[in-house]
Amino acid sequence: MRDRKDQNESGSGFSRRDFLKGSSAAAAATAMATSATESPAQQSQSQGNVASAEARDVTLSINGQQHTLSLEPRVTLLDALRNDLNLTGAKDVCDTTTCGACTVLIDGKATYACARFAVECEGAEIQTVESLRNGSEVDEVIEGFVEHDAMQCGFCTPGFVMATRAFLNENPNASLEDIQKGLGGNICRCGTYHGITQCALQIAQKGGACSWLNERLVGDLVAKTA
Amino acid sequence: MAERTIGWGPRSENRLIGSEVQRIDGVGKASGAAKYTADINTPGTLYAKLLTATIAAGKVTRLNVAPAEEMEGVHAVHVLNGEGAEIRYEGTLLAAVAAERPEIAEDAVRAIEVSYEPSEFFVDDDNLEAAEAAGRTKPQGENTQGDVEAALSAAKVVHKGYYGINTITHMCLEPHGSHCEFTGDEDLTVHLSTQNVSGTGGQFAGPLGIDESSVSIICNYIGGGFGSKFQAGEWGLACAQLAKKAGRPVRLMLDRSTELKIAGNRPSGFAEVTIAGDADGNITAWDSHHWGTSGINGSVVRLSLIPYVFEIENRNRKATGIVCNRGPNQAWRAPNHPQLSALTATAMDDLADKLGMDSYDLFKKNLDKTERPDVYAAEMEVGAKIIDWKAKWHPHGKGESRGGVKSGVGMALHTWGGRAHAAICQLKVHSDGTVESYGGSQDLGTGTKTIIAMTIAETFGIPMSKVKVHVGSNAYPKSGPSGGSTTVGGVSGPNRRASQEALWKIMDLVAAKYGVDADSVEAKDGYFRSGGKTICSWTQACRLIGPMPLEVQGTGPKDDGLTDQGVGGVQMADVSVDTETGIIRVNKFVCVQDCGLIIDLLTAKSQVLGGMIMGIAYALSEEQVMDNNTGRFINADLENYKLPRIGDVGELVAEMYQPDSEYDRGVIGLGEPPVISSGGALSNAVANAIGVRVPVLPMTPQRVLEALKGGQA
Ligand code: FES
Ligand code: FES
Repeated sequence: MRDRKDQNESGSGFSRRDFLKGSSAAAAATAMATSATESPAQQSQSQGNVASAEARDVTLSINGQQHTLSLEPRVTLLDALRNDLNLTGAKDVCDTTTCGACTVLIDGKATYACARFAVECEGAEIQTVESLRNGSEVDEVIEGFVEHDAMQCGFCTPGFVMATRAFLNENPNASLEDIQKGLGGNICRCGTYHGITQCALQIAQKGGACSWLNERLVGDLVAKTA
Repeated sequence: MAERTIGWGPRSENRLIGSEVQRIDGVGKASGAAKYTADINTPGTLYAKLLTATIAAGKVTRLNVAPAEEMEGVHAVHVLNGEGAEIRYEGTLLAAVAAERPEIAEDAVRAIEVSYEPSEFFVDDDNLEAAEAAGRTKPQGENTQGDVEAALSAAKVVHKGYYGINTITHMCLEPHGSHCEFTGDEDLTVHLSTQNVSGTGGQFAGPLGIDESSVSIICNYIGGGFGSKFQAGEWGLACAQLAKKAGRPVRLMLDRSTELKIAGNRPSGFAEVTIAGDADGNITAWDSHHWGTSGINGSVVRLSLIPYVFEIENRNRKATGIVCNRGPNQAWRAPNHPQLSALTATAMDDLADKLGMDSYDLFKKNLDKTERPDVYAAEMEVGAKIIDWKAKWHPHGKGESRGGVKSGVGMALHTWGGRAHAAICQLKVHSDGTVESYGGSQDLGTGTKTIIAMTIAETFGIPMSKVKVHVGSNAYPKSGPSGGSTTVGGVSGPNRRASQEALWKIMDLVAAKYGVDADSVEAKDGYFRSGGKTICSWTQACRLIGPMPLEVQGTGPKDDGLTDQGVGGVQMADVSVDTETGIIRVNKFVCVQDCGLIIDLLTAKSQVLGGMIMGIAYALSEEQVMDNNTGRFINADLENYKLPRIGDVGELVAEMYQPDSEYDRGVIGLGEPPVISSGGALSNAVANAIGVRVPVLPMTPQRVLEALKGGQA
């Protein structure tokens, strides 16, 4: 049998470091045109450089309600939502502002909640996935996710729902290509991209019609900025 | 008229079974209302963080947790591997801290003083020579049948090749973890992210010194498992220990990096293959040696499954495991199959190329060497039509190049068991016509709850809204772990049996009350009928049950035709490769899959689509990258561990192969099969496009470029 190396150099003919570089080339291919906005909050936190400081009162406006919490400045919006307010629809998955499982809307814009400190969000209108449901009434995006079975384990799903809602608000007539780019800021491990695409496409083909919940939110925002 | 035998009804009379039914917990999941283990926040919950080893091998020479214990807000510290402990892989858990807030727990972890005495490590799993030199190899068997030498010399063409597939992790988006809470003296409630609700209680009881009967396991939703969540885990026990020490509930979920390092991975596989064929494309000989690692225990993908799907008369095979300082492996969706499928199907495709044959024809020619030639042949035909194989296939590398972009098609086959696991359900029919089913199973997102509700509603002829399904607690009758595609058969069998028996009892009540022959009674669309006449509604009939619910227990599996095992399928891929950048685009990807009787066509298709996307992931981008210089897993985060995003998967077609002959087989599991043959199909499509083999999966741009360079040299 021939030597493994000269049969194909590609198998191991380069260093692991090179290989990581190769991986980033793959990232370029994945067109990560995320619609979510990032800030360096998490990076600095994950390096462990964020020192503790006195907790102070932070007032957050979430789904139209005011909440005052006593938080250290280094607490992320995601942790405040999940741990202090028990709003657990936004999930904590990657710690590195990569996956979108924590997507919320801040002043209508899709944002990774793990990329924002809670204190930074004072004065902003925060909308979580929980706002897209009122008893048995649900936002059209949720309906579409269920109709197209755009979920399996469901752990990425609330984040995807929020990303889709925000994306369709801004791109009501999105094309397939727009959707594939615009929802590139979220990751699903179970492989539900087909259903999500179908759901977004169907809503876009109807002109991205707003649900009552969304109209209410837009109304609130208009009132706020007026 | 209706004979009282257990069985599925005639296919044409089903209202629900076989149609596309939305999952019953869909709104709960999509709206964020569904509570996963990671979401449990009972009052007083403390947050736990972990200190993990930063070396691949060695000893812990010092571990001082006192500074952590003294910190304000810290309620408990638990040492898992203290001074003197041996470290065999990076990420090994050393200590866990529970504190009032997660950020305090992080501070406390950083305050722990730790030092190590590092020792020799080995992580280079594709380097057999180096492993041998380091004494890291473990023979995993060798066997032979027929006369390989003779067959090789008689062959028209002999092909030798090297192929491989790297280690990947499970990357469950909800990490492994639990929320543990003691109530009373020693009653422990564990919310556990688990695929094994009924079987995990004992794993907590022993180490904690409490009775097994004191442990409640709850898992209402799980954010991914893929085979890695059958155990309580050392982190699970650590969480319970912290809760005990602190006297408070504690939630401990692994952080992303630790999740990737220690919570499970899929073993790698590399092989040198010699394959030979006659002029007609019959494979006449196979000789392979494969190696790889499952981590520290040094086993390798199973010897007895290679060559995969095809039984070759003259065959040698040998396997060698490599002991690597990498975290332990866990079952990964279809254990062994994806690796062996890729190693086999790629070698077959290269043989076809050397014989000057269309690889479709070579696969077809050799179907007589598989267990289900007719089904595979039919599935290949369906797949070829969908992907337009005839128009798209060309000799490898001989297609048109459009600005350096070349396209090609490839295929591979797969097989799986999918038998029903053992399970019991308790069915209750209430006098108001509502129904409940209890079982200690779990819904991984496959649609388990939905198919239970469908099975019951179909049997009784009632709407699904009347059925409540309870799973996810070990207080319910036991159910097997959800692994190996055993759940759909496992739960549908007992629920069908229990429903049929309950229905017969209700029919007897109806017959007695309305004076008709019990055997003449039929239940349909919410009504009972006899001799073409409506007798009463379902609700009226249920009133005859009386104040106590009618309860029936269902068990399984049984030999009554409700379930079966043994499925197969084919995947075909159409890809484009940019020869300048090495980037592969999936244009279209098709899976034709059989799985017996399909209960919910919608969630069944989702399983197939999900499998294909996971297949694209391990074929094109994801892998565990180990650093030979430090022994560390250097891409243990979601940013550098590459998963496809929504725009990376191309057009996907999940085609369920379901003639009546499949319906008649009964229910068979579907979770594993559609993830198996993706690697082979995509690799073969790339070879067809560019005319050279990218031998190792994932086929990253760098590997594609290296292969192209090698091919020109
Ligand atoms: S958890 Fe925020 S982006 Fe992943
Ligand atoms: S549905 Fe499981 S991660 Fe997306």
